Amino acid sequence: MPRLFIPPSLRALTGGVEVVSVTGATVREALQSLERQHPGFEARFCDGGKLRPGMTIAVNNRFAPDGLRTAVSPDDEIHFLPALGGG
Amino acid sequence: MSIGEKREYKVIGTRPVRHDGVDKVTGRAQYGADVHPTGMLFGAMLRSPHAHARIKRIDTSRAAALPGVRAVVTSADLPDQGSRVVELGEGAVNMRHLSANVLARDKVLYKGHAIAAVAADSIHIAQEAVNLITVEYQPLPPVLDVRAAMKPDAAVLNDDVRTEGLEPGDPAANRPTNVARRILFQKGDVAAGFQSADVVLEHEFVASTVHQGYIEPHNATALWNADGNITVWMSTQGSFTARQQTAELLRVPVSDVKVVPMEIGGGFGGKISVYLPPVAALLSRKSGRPVKLVMDRAAVFEATGPTPGAYIRLKLGFTKDGRLVAGDAHLAYEAGAFPGSPIGPGCMCLFACYDIPNARVEGFDVCVNKPRTNAYRAPGSTHAAFAIETMIDEFCRQAKMDPAEFRIRNGAKAGVRRVDGPVFDRVGMIETVEAIRNSEHYQSPLGGSNRGRGIATGFWFNCGLKSSVTATVNADGTVALVEGSTDIGGTRTSVAMQLAETLGIAAEDVKPTVGDTDTAGYCDVTGGSRVTFATGIAAVEAAKDIISQLVVRAARHWEVDPKTVEYVDGGVTGPAGKRLSFRELAATLHETGGAVIGRGTSSEANQGGAFGTHCVDVEVDPDTGKVQILRYTAAQDVGTAIHPSYVEGQIQGGAVQGIGWALNEEYWYDDMGQMRNATFLDYRMPTCYDVPMIDTILVEVPDPQHPYGVRGVGEVPICPPPAAIANAIAGAVGVRMRQTPMSPPRVLAEILKQD
Amino acid sequence: MAKKRVVQTTINGDAVEFLCEPRQTLLEVLRDVLNLTGTKEGCANGNCGSCTVLMNGRPVTSCLVLGVEAEGAEIRTIEGVACGGHLDCVQQAFLEGAALQCGICTPGFIMQTEALLAENPQPTEEQVRFHLAGNLCRCTGYDKIVRAVLAAAEKKRANV
Repeated sequence: MPRLFIPPSLRALTGGVEVVSVTGATVREALQSLERQHPGFEARFCDGGKLRPGMTIAVNNRFAPDGLRTAVSPDDEIHFLPALGGG
Repeated sequence: MSIGEKREYKVIGTRPVRHDGVDKVTGRAQYGADVHPTGMLFGAMLRSPHAHARIKRIDTSRAAALPGVRAVVTSADLPDQGSRVVELGEGAVNMRHLSANVLARDKVLYKGHAIAAVAADSIHIAQEAVNLITVEYQPLPPVLDVRAAMKPDAAVLNDDVRTEGLEPGDPAANRPTNVARRILFQKGDVAAGFQSADVVLEHEFVASTVHQGYIEPHNATALWNADGNITVWMSTQGSFTARQQTAELLRVPVSDVKVVPMEIGGGFGGKISVYLPPVAALLSRKSGRPVKLVMDRAAVFEATGPTPGAYIRLKLGFTKDGRLVAGDAHLAYEAGAFPGSPIGPGCMCLFACYDIPNARVEGFDVCVNKPRTNAYRAPGSTHAAFAIETMIDEFCRQAKMDPAEFRIRNGAKAGVRRVDGPVFDRVGMIETVEAIRNSEHYQSPLGGSNRGRGIATGFWFNCGLKSSVTATVNADGTVALVEGSTDIGGTRTSVAMQLAETLGIAAEDVKPTVGDTDTAGYCDVTGGSRVTFATGIAAVEAAKDIISQLVVRAARHWEVDPKTVEYVDGGVTGPAGKRLSFRELAATLHETGGAVIGRGTSSEANQGGAFGTHCVDVEVDPDTGKVQILRYTAAQDVGTAIHPSYVEGQIQGGAVQGIGWALNEEYWYDDMGQMRNATFLDYRMPTCYDVPMIDTILVEVPDPQHPYGVRGVGEVPICPPPAAIANAIAGAVGVRMRQTPMSPPRVLAEILKQD
Repeated sequence: MAKKRVVQTTINGDAVEFLCEPRQTLLEVLRDVLNLTGTKEGCANGNCGSCTVLMNGRPVTSCLVLGVEAEGAEIRTIEGVACGGHLDCVQQAFLEGAALQCGICTPGFIMQTEALLAENPQPTEEQVRFHLAGNLCRCTGYDKIVRAVLAAAEKKRANV
């Protein structure tokens, strides 16, 4: 099952749990799975069905260009990170 | 010099003369300020004299009445943005803040903040008219220090800013504040990590604001035509993001705006955000003529997007046998007038070079009355590298451990989990350290008094994002390649070389053009070290598209089954020994179906990150504190060097910017928030007399996500220099510098403290 | 606004006559009056060298020269360096040595180099760096520029 890494400032919502096993074939489905286990996350990551501005998603170690639509496989890690731009 | 795994290529790795070279050495190349459409007017901007003030009243009547003045605009002419946040290709942008930065609304938030603009028959009349605009200000106390700005009683710059990223339920999240964001990363058990450490070091660091220092000031010439179409000729790192920003700021459809990217005189991240195009467009609409706006040098310093000043507090724990076991970092970056410093990447880069089991990083994005910061080559990373790389050096000197060996022992590699979460796959950090350790520079003794040697490593992510190209085969066997990526350092050639390599033709047989937003397919910005990588992938895809079409055409020409035709070695082969070179086949295309046009896009591919390790020898004058760079070597993992001269050039250029950052460059503010050194005389960038040759070692560990193994190279070279130089100064005269720039008065003060 | 003056001068070997206000700099005249946009503005106060032209053989920052001062002078700009469409040694060396990235400082460097090599055909690296210290480049780190100037000097000596 894919594993979703909880940002440290939000671990209070999971009772301190850092990594949550989720189900789903996309990041969106994984988030919904997280929401069922620990309510309150979807609102923090999403706004109007899209990822909140200023955030980005990495699947394993690559930034995911398709955002919430990005496909995930059973061995994947999902990370929510600050968006970054280059110069 | 090059190390690593090399495949054999025909074009990749060679050094052809760049396609736009002749125009650039003869003065024919057209930069933004060189355009002159018929009937053009000249624009000038009124800018705030105050660092922080309310605007009570603006009276433009005397300016409008001056003979020769054709239009005057203020923020009243810009449409309201509400609280829109728009995705602009390299991140989401708060449109109210972007609009207020372009033309101030009810408040000015930094000295130089644009307030109004005039278009007139000559630049001199426009400047005279600007002086006739009267503004009534209510000055407010300026907030100039990042730590002061974070205090609960600090004057608040923006009433609509709240802190994002606090713990859920924290009441501070509802108060207007200068602290726009809090970032937190945590790995392992920091307390236990420090318990297990034999040596614990903790220090504070301060970095002054520095500017990208591009030699060409911002410019935009706009024509708002009677049919509603807006054309903007400008220097920009991203014509598509400039188009979208301009359209959003004017609240017109994106397709109404065409951005024509002229040649650009340097960007380094500072020419992504727009300042001038909407203003020039409004002036054009009001006057019915094209209007050119060019910033003067003082405005470039005071009112564009320098990199943040910063405060960092860092604590590191080491075992006595040289393992880094714990780290705790607090970073505060100055966002300037509006939120958006690179605090996120700064926090992510700080420990990225190391395999550290226990670490915590907390960072803050803080508004102050200075120009709103923007990207500058590996934004946020250099500040972080300065802190950690100097503290590691301090430990190594205390523990009498070779700094290269420390980095090899603790270095990031495949399987190491970063503090922000993701696990590295194959990366070249240790290879770059080994390249320095094994270099002639590092191996040769450094003699003489007051001389020292220092090394440092830096990291940057590099972006993937989206690019597209089209390529047409010409009847004479050349290929016209249209890319949307503006060319700031020779990328039209490096992309053309990848197309040529894939087709098996010469680089000179590809004619690359940078198209405008109507003629080129969408490309994300030229920044993030992404063009040679991502636009290169698009070019390779376009070449493959051409190849598959050529196979069909050759079959048609020979009147054989396409399954019997193969594309090999820059040509096609068919049954019974038939063969045509690319050139010969190109000559037949009109008879077999007309134009062959290939297209390619890249959006999935993502880069794995880049590491660089630098070594510098310095001599310090103990009487003046002046630091002379004696010798400099930069090793970097470049994946595959498409055009080695331009890869070397990126490394050399970034290193020298880092040297300037380290030794002399800073925004010198007085206590009223006025920048006192807004000229190239006093904002002291390195000249060629200040630096020696910069030797480069290209380590080539190919990136598996690119068909030729390319890694972006442009940004990471700016990360190591300040730390490497601080480490060399420590070796030379035994003083530890924890503030940039390490200018002569500061170095001297530390030397004198010792005595 | 003062009346415009008629100025007669020689630019790149051609007799040229232009009108300008006394307050207009030579840089402004070249770019906006004569459409010779190869000379660039980087700072408008003589600190970056992008506007370097030769005036009676001497390199000057044209942003600090008034247009009216060109009266009777011989001005050479980047547009006059190539001869009949053929690049000269310095231009060729910059291209072959990849001594430019964005290219905005390149005209200024080339003009300053022409003046240097006319005065000192065999400069050392130190002399090259000293003479070019008034020209700022932000892209290259100067390494390839200095190498190109030394290569051009050698080529010039070989051709003579």
